[in-house]
Amino acid sequence: MIAIKLALRNLFGAGLRTFLNVLVLSISYVVIILLNGFYQGWGEQARTDSVKWAYGQGQLWHASYDPYDAFTLSDAHGAIPESLNNAVAKGSVAPVLLAPATVYPEGRIQSILLKGISTNQKAIALPSDLMVAMGDEIPAMMGTRMAKSMNAQVGDFILVRWRDANGTFDAVEVRVATIFNTPMPTVDAGQIWIPLESMQKMLGLENEATMIISGDESQNNAEFSGWEYQSLPDLLSDIDELIETKKVGGSIMYLILLALALLAVFDTQILSIFRRQKEIGTIIAMGMTRRQVIAIFTVEGAMHAILAIFLGALYGIPLLVNMRTNGFAMPEYADDFGVPIADTIFPAFSLALILGTIILVTITTTIVSYIPARRISKMNPNDAIRGKIQ
Amino acid sequence: MDNNTIITIDNLAKRFPIGGGEFTALKDINLKFEAGEFAGFVGPSGSGKTTMLNIIGSLDNPSDGDVNVLNTSVKNISPKKASLLRKQHIGFIFQTYNLMPVYTVYENVEFPLLLLKKSAAERKKAVLDALEWVGLMDKIKSRPKQLSGGESQRVAIARAMVKRPEVVLADEPTANLDTENSHHILDTMVKLNKELNTTFLFATHDDKVIKYLNRIIRLEDGKVVADDIIKK
Repeated sequence: MIAIKLALRNLFGAGLRTFLNVLVLSISYVVIILLNGFYQGWGEQARTDSVKWAYGQGQLWHASYDPYDAFTLSDAHGAIPESLNNAVAKGSVAPVLLAPATVYPEGRIQSILLKGISTNQKAIALPSDLMVAMGDEIPAMMGTRMAKSMNAQVGDFILVRWRDANGTFDAVEVRVATIFNTPMPTVDAGQIWIPLESMQKMLGLENEATMIISGDESQNNAEFSGWEYQSLPDLLSDIDELIETKKVGGSIMYLILLALALLAVFDTQILSIFRRQKEIGTIIAMGMTRRQVIAIFTVEGAMHAILAIFLGALYGIPLLVNMRTNGFAMPEYADDFGVPIADTIFPAFSLALILGTIILVTITTTIVSYIPARRISKMNPNDAIRGKIQ
Repeated sequence: MDNNTIITIDNLAKRFPIGGGEFTALKDINLKFEAGEFAGFVGPSGSGKTTMLNIIGSLDNPSDGDVNVLNTSVKNISPKKASLLRKQHIGFIFQTYNLMPVYTVYENVEFPLLLLKKSAAERKKAVLDALEWVGLMDKIKSRPKQLSGGESQRVAIARAMVKRPEVVLADEPTANLDTENSHHILDTMVKLNKELNTTFLFATHDDKVIKYLNRIIRLEDGKVVADDIIKK
């Protein structure tokens, strides 16, 4: 208790020096929490958007389907299980048929993935119900990224060429019925969506699909021959790994910042022990043991971290609340990261994150304060009283 | 030890390692001090005055012999016991004042009482009393850098006296002061010596201090060459 009292007295007495150390430490707190909160918020949003726009509550993949091997697409299709017909009709599951295709925007050749999806589906957020045919043309939809790359607009006709189940090339013009905006590049870039029925007719694969997206967890228990169930955690594992990797990269920045702050505290401690030798000798003469003096110096250093909590809270809480409410606006080129990134990321600050950061910074500050303070145990108090550098 | 004897020095010797050999700072010292003495170790630089005070103050250990302070032997005393002895019974006054630069006058004087875990009310009363003795009531909130040398040394005296120790060890307390301030300081110490019966032991070669002493112990090359009681 006396160590805390004296340490506080020394810290407040040191004025500006204390304030600067506390300020740097408080910035470390806020930046660590902000960066981690950003990654946490991004992770949560990426998962939510992935579920909402692409994965639903799980998927059935045709046994031959490999999303990383385009050559599997010619064989990766099978009849939609009969027991799912009701769910398909209600829209709670969304059968999707995939085929490689080519488009010719403005005289260029562009390879795409043509995707057929049931127009009444409610399993994912794609606005498939907006693919309404006006006459006998095939309505299509695409995301803003695809539309931008093709310079396409709603109402445009796009020539699509594909190979049917027999390997015969065919082509048709599809009309862009809608362009949707999604944070998920995996349902947007390099792909055009058309109604499932049209797709099945074009490929000659009546009532078949490559995958079936489930919008309802209760339908995930059944097993179907020739289909493999992909649970939500399986589907999200890539995103989780990617976020973790980005997190490690981001942590380097706050480790540098933390190291700078700790260096400031360490430097102050070293300097204090040299500059305050006379004081150290005097308080030993007045009846303190060296161990008590080491405790005072260690507590003094650790107190920087405690005071930084209060200073950090002063400006950090309004800043973090503002960030949580208004989010970070992400630049357009953020799409290039290849992960789902919303226009605005809302950081998530958990209690564990805040307490964890406080504990981490306090413990490391205490350690870097203790290390130089140990020198006191080797000091000769008589020389220290005279201010003789040891 | 007589009832009134508070410090006994028996065959004390102190040697310091220097290079490959040893330097003898004190040898064959045998002395006794009674409560309320106003005594001083006098001699040229290197005669062993400061070493003598350091051993009496348990800041250093004897090489041979023993020093007994208030029934506590300082030979091989544990650091914990030594700090307890200093905390409870010994006050120090240094040549360069050694005040805590970031503390106010009040906080500097209060410091020894914090170590003794006195209550806030006890501390306040004792600090104000001590500052009254040295005539610094108007400087309570000042910091050391705002004080003159004489004022700083008076704060140091108040800090040494605030816990009412049995012994005060003063190492060259007037070395950095002018004549007027030196007399002021010494008058204060004489007054406290008489009022509180505190034993004052000085290490000094300042004639101004020597004139105030009731007992002068002359040291030369680490040996006592004279021990004179001065009748006043």
